[in-house]
Amino acid sequence: MYQLLRKLAHWIDARAGVSATLWPMMRHPVPRSIDGPMGWWYVFGSASMTFLLIQILTGIGLSMVYVPAADQAYESLLYLDYQQPWGWFLRSLHYYAGSGMVVMLLVHMTQVFLQGSYKYPRELTWVVGVLLLACTMGMFFTGQILRWDTDAYWGLAVGASMAGRVPVLGPEIVHTLLGGDIIGASSLSRFFALHVFIIPGALLTFLGIHLWLVLRCGISAPPKPGEIVDPKTYDATYHEELKRGVPFFGDALLKDIFFSALAVTIVVVIAAVVGPKGPTEPPDPTLAGANPRPEWPFLWLFGLLSLSPPAIETFIMLVFPVLVLGALFFVPFVSNRGERAPSRRPAAVLLVIVIYTTLGVLTYEGVQAPWSPVMDAWSGDPVPVNLVEGRTPLELQGAAVFQFKNCRNCHALEGIGGRRGPDLTTIGASLTRDQLITQISNGTPGGGNMPAYGKQMSPAEMEATVAFLISLRPDGQLPAGAVEDAPVEGTTPQPVELTE
Amino acid sequence: MNAPLPSSGKQLCPGGKPPRRAFFRLLTGALGAAATGLLTLPMLGYFFGRRHRPAMWVPMGDLSDFPLNETRTINFDNPLRQPWDGMTSMTGVHVRYQGKNDAGDEQFLVLAANCAHLGCPVSWFPQSGLFMCPCHGGVYYENGERASGPPPRGLFHCVWRVKEGKLEIEAPHYPTLHDTLTESLES
Ligand code: FES
Repeated sequence: MYQLLRKLAHWIDARAGVSATLWPMMRHPVPRSIDGPMGWWYVFGSASMTFLLIQILTGIGLSMVYVPAADQAYESLLYLDYQQPWGWFLRSLHYYAGSGMVVMLLVHMTQVFLQGSYKYPRELTWVVGVLLLACTMGMFFTGQILRWDTDAYWGLAVGASMAGRVPVLGPEIVHTLLGGDIIGASSLSRFFALHVFIIPGALLTFLGIHLWLVLRCGISAPPKPGEIVDPKTYDATYHEELKRGVPFFGDALLKDIFFSALAVTIVVVIAAVVGPKGPTEPPDPTLAGANPRPEWPFLWLFGLLSLSPPAIETFIMLVFPVLVLGALFFVPFVSNRGERAPSRRPAAVLLVIVIYTTLGVLTYEGVQAPWSPVMDAWSGDPVPVNLVEGRTPLELQGAAVFQFKNCRNCHALEGIGGRRGPDLTTIGASLTRDQLITQISNGTPGGGNMPAYGKQMSPAEMEATVAFLISLRPDGQLPAGAVEDAPVEGTTPQPVELTE
Repeated sequence: MNAPLPSSGKQLCPGGKPPRRAFFRLLTGALGAAATGLLTLPMLGYFFGRRHRPAMWVPMGDLSDFPLNETRTINFDNPLRQPWDGMTSMTGVHVRYQGKNDAGDEQFLVLAANCAHLGCPVSWFPQSGLFMCPCHGGVYYENGERASGPPPRGLFHCVWRVKEGKLEIEAPHYPTLHDTLTESLES
């Protein structure tokens, strides 16, 4: 039997030339130092690939149960979570392995950048790598839409609105993206096609090219300070180095396998412990309280967008991502020669630190999202008791008006409530009565962050609100501004001409 | 290729390609272009084409359902839906009755629920007379005008009409900055 199989294998091999092609690839030499501890820097690319493999497996599995139709997708997700044996685990793993893939890609890219591995002759390898990153981000975005819940619906709405800002072509792009006039079944089917056919097709193609280039150009040797890349001499030197090299199919591969196995173990444990993500509320656009958040790889963009002035917003939505991608493409063409060691390239190191710090801060802001009002704070978060204790009837009335006019949605008291505007716990100590009236009546000049409440409340309501706000100050502190000007507690000042 | 073919015994034309071969090349090119075009045009139509439908009107309710100067949120199933849209085709609009104009016609204000900034659903707060958006804090007054926050304009207006004592609106598509709901009226 064994002999027969061997014969069969030989027969196929003689015709298909599998071993003749693959064996040299597996045995191709890599620089000797990769065999040493420096080799651990080289494990992240293959870890990304391992995660991709998991994504393909879990993705195929999920596609056997998931229904990409708007009226049943949500139900099929619940079925996966609660009925299908191990369905919850597959969903969970698909999410966390996808996240892991993004993380590994970023680490891999950072390592390649810091160690100057993108320099001659591996410029194209880097460029294709950037395309792989773009595809992966595309997978993340489209995948979130397939989780057809209320977040997916509104995430798609936001995405469509951004695309709709493109001059002239905007409406056509939106229509093509949504597959119709409204967000619905056709939109979901389009994103299904993107997520399952179009982007994976591109991704696997680029991956093939990337791997081919890695084989063709060889794996870069770990950088040594003072070892200069010069396109004229590099190839000869590298070949010399390879003569002393070790075969890839050996300890180098062993490190890859070890690290991938470790990464997979970690992700499987996370997936099992944390469980699948969502779905949240069903995709009913009339449900109140929608509060869409982008997936974590996009939180930084969400933060950047929300923190930037509206005037440059469209630029950040439409042009900035293109610029970022373009900048990444351009990296090897800015410098494809010279030093590779990070210790000799302080600018590169600094750049990485600055970029990751910025991304980190923006992501943090994106998680906190202080710019989003708390839509139910006016009714859900009562005024803290100590802020109404011992107050006059007018001030108490003011507290009621303050809540009732939804001020709380944007203004916190003692840290509870919206954070879009300032916390007003001690506002009485910093703004005078007149300043308060002006601020409330006119809002932020020029239509900034605060709406003008002048017409939204009666003079009596304004009076009460201002009295309440003035009473908000630390114990024993006088109201802001001239003391004689301020209303004395317990008196009811005459209504003055309040608005306009 | 150029080995002499004893049977045909054909001679190369001096100084050029045989006219038959040149013609064949031309023919192949032309046929290839035609095939590509024949293939591409329907595909483009499929992917980018728009389905044209006559305007569809959705009843919002009797005129008496809308008290003067009060905003009502009406949810309805958008007829622009696909049969398998499920609950996704549910759409909300904010309707405000503004009384009669000088000519004695009923005046309504019908605002789309989608924020003019990036499309999130705005909520109506009757207590303060404001619409607020949960995403980035856009705020609008009761007449739909922008009050504050990032939206570049006021809320989108829907096209409405009064027919047989009922308020109807034209089924709204997903409105965006360059594709509002009242395009035809505004221009
Ligand atoms: S979507 Fe409403 S403020 Fe941004």
